[in-house]
Amino acid sequence: MSKPVIATATLAGCFGCHMSLLDIDEKILDLIELVEFNKSPIDDIKNFTKKCDIGLIEGGCCNSENVHVLKDFRKNCNILISFGECAIMGGLPAYRNPIPIKECLEEAYLNGPSVKGHNESGIIPNDEEIPMMLDKVYPCHEIVKIDYFLPGCPPSAELIWNALTALITGNEMELSYEIIKFD
Amino acid sequence: MENNTVHSAIRKYNQDKMRLMDILIEIQDNENYISDDAVRIISEKLELSLVDVEQTISFYHFLSKEPQGKYTIYLNNSIVSNMMGRQIVAETFENEAGCKFGEVAEDGIIGLFDTACIGMSDQEPAALINGNVFIHLTPFRVKEIVRDMRTGKDVKKMHTSYLDGGQNKSEYLNSAVRNNIMRMGPVLTDDYNPGTIIMNNLPQLTPEQVIEEIKTSNIRGRGGAGFPTGLKWEFCRIAKGDKKYILCNADEGEPGTYKDRVILTERPKLLFEGMVIAGYSIGATEGILYLRYEYKYLKHYLENALEEARGKNLLGNDIGGIKGFNFDIRIQLGAGAYICGEESALIESIEGKRGEPRDRPPYPVEKGYNDCPTVVNNVETLCSVVKIMLKGGEWYSSLGTPVSTGTKVLNISGDCKYPGIYEVEWGLTIIDILDMVGATDVQAIQVGGPSGSLIGPEEFDRKLCYSDLVTGGSFIIFNFNRDLLKNVVLNFTDFFIEESCGSCVPCRSMIPLFKQKLEKILSGNGVASDLEDLQSWGKLMKTNRCGLGHTAANPILTSLKNFRYLYEEKLERGKEYETGFNLEQAVSESCEATTRVPNF
Repeated sequence: MSKPVIATATLAGCFGCHMSLLDIDEKILDLIELVEFNKSPIDDIKNFTKKCDIGLIEGGCCNSENVHVLKDFRKNCNILISFGECAIMGGLPAYRNPIPIKECLEEAYLNGPSVKGHNESGIIPNDEEIPMMLDKVYPCHEIVKIDYFLPGCPPSAELIWNALTALITGNEMELSYEIIKFD
Repeated sequence: MENNTVHSAIRKYNQDKMRLMDILIEIQDNENYISDDAVRIISEKLELSLVDVEQTISFYHFLSKEPQGKYTIYLNNSIVSNMMGRQIVAETFENEAGCKFGEVAEDGIIGLFDTACIGMSDQEPAALINGNVFIHLTPFRVKEIVRDMRTGKDVKKMHTSYLDGGQNKSEYLNSAVRNNIMRMGPVLTDDYNPGTIIMNNLPQLTPEQVIEEIKTSNIRGRGGAGFPTGLKWEFCRIAKGDKKYILCNADEGEPGTYKDRVILTERPKLLFEGMVIAGYSIGATEGILYLRYEYKYLKHYLENALEEARGKNLLGNDIGGIKGFNFDIRIQLGAGAYICGEESALIESIEGKRGEPRDRPPYPVEKGYNDCPTVVNNVETLCSVVKIMLKGGEWYSSLGTPVSTGTKVLNISGDCKYPGIYEVEWGLTIIDILDMVGATDVQAIQVGGPSGSLIGPEEFDRKLCYSDLVTGGSFIIFNFNRDLLKNVVLNFTDFFIEESCGSCVPCRSMIPLFKQKLEKILSGNGVASDLEDLQSWGKLMKTNRCGLGHTAANPILTSLKNFRYLYEEKLERGKEYETGFNLEQAVSESCEATTRVPNF
């Protein structure tokens, strides 16, 4: 049997979940034995070169680019996993959700303490190359179907390892109390 | 704001922190808001923290930290109001007043606000204006009312008619509300001379004998939960406590319910006599009538009835000549919170706190108001008690069915010829009821208000009784012109989102998710798995602490069970999953803000 293929992406996240993925220490060597990586910041493959078995998504969607990447992952991965708070619920970026996007942009480019007086032409970046901001930050499952959710900020290395090995080996995942209880 | 109002309100209630609700209501009514200054003064005088005062204010719908206008208009947004033409009335209010709902007009004269059912479902659309009820509103009437406001007219003088007979036009009430009593049974009849039981029977009976009679009658609580009344009294009688209380729950907030309003208007003496009998039985010295704020217009009238009773030795010391039987009743106003109809939340509210349900056990009969043994009974239950003592428990149990004895007062509203109050024996079928009220072409009935069930014609042969269809009395009838999901279920779900006290997570967080899912289905983006989600989420609601939380998803769950085809016909066929996300729509706001053309 060929090795399962994994792809990963960070959308509106901080890369913390990916760091946690790397935090499995020397088990990364076991993982490499078990799986093959495709599109992912880990190996810097920019575009899908084949159909993948598992996709790991970090971060929610804050702009049109995020939405395209997420949809691309859904198309190319059999199993899609939201991993981490931001992918599951929007996380920290979603703090902007109660504020209208126009106000957010004005604060960031016109009125904020670090820009006030420095943006004389009063421009809010609008080049068509720049991704378009969404009205709010969406959790991934509000855009496409997500098969599994791995909670945590970030999810612990152990949780990620357990989930991936369970999926690959087809065994049931062990979820200890500490892993699903956060407070 | 005049600090004098604040100080005099505090003095009036003896700086008693248990009377915080009264103090806040008094200030709100006089000043149309409660200022920071007022909060500070109250917290100092009552020795409460600022947060204690703030959280009570923020909990109740009719208390506010912002000025609400010299004339504060609360227009009912319940389903029956919508069905009877609320929209055009609301639009006229907005146009005439010059502000939107949720706002106060710039001149500060008029404030427009939504409110949940105000207990006028047989005479909608209705509004509360500075505590006075205005029924059967039309655009014409609204223009008239707003014109009157601009001239500074007294709200009480804005009524155009006092059409109804009965006590509504009595000098202490002067309200334009109608009774619409369509059918009187043995509890509501007017052939009883109030005070007879207290004067003639009570002196001959021990409290235990009274409880025995009530147990023989087999009457169960008429608020909806149906706990046997005699048993409740017995538990409280044997519970240990220095003081005991009898509380009457007149916080009928279940949309479509208004029977207690009519009973309070027409039979207050019967109710108070029932409270005295209950007080005698359990050994209470104090009774409190918890009156929902929406019925504040009845307060003065009811207080007058209490005063009259005191004059006749039906309240006070050595009542009815029984040595040492001292008992009195006071009225406690609520301030707008459906959850306070739950008995432990009601107790919290009477103690001046947020109306959050308590953990049970201990039950109120052991540890209730003031931590003392307390009985909480519904208005209708306490009235029935008097008739049971008059004619005997045997007589009462001969009415209705063997398990569900006696009568029930029904509140009928919605699509029927004769909405109003009907006192009927238990055991009628839905078909009987529909015949009785002149309802034809019926698509569905909401039985027992939003917390009850939405049922369709295939269940109309069901019987009104505790072993089949239980109800607190509310029946809202919908004909085939009504869109059940969009107009009914969504309205009820909004109601629960508004009224959840927020204490339990599933109640606070799940109802908005239920609503989102329903909206997704209504917008045509639903798939089969969405219906499975709704059903499975329903189980979570049982983990909430109180009855509201348990039933808050019922509008969706019961309509899904009984009208599944309405959901299914809106689903996208052949799709396994659909989020309904629309990229074009999601970027339109930011593109507009940055003046760029969306490119996909």
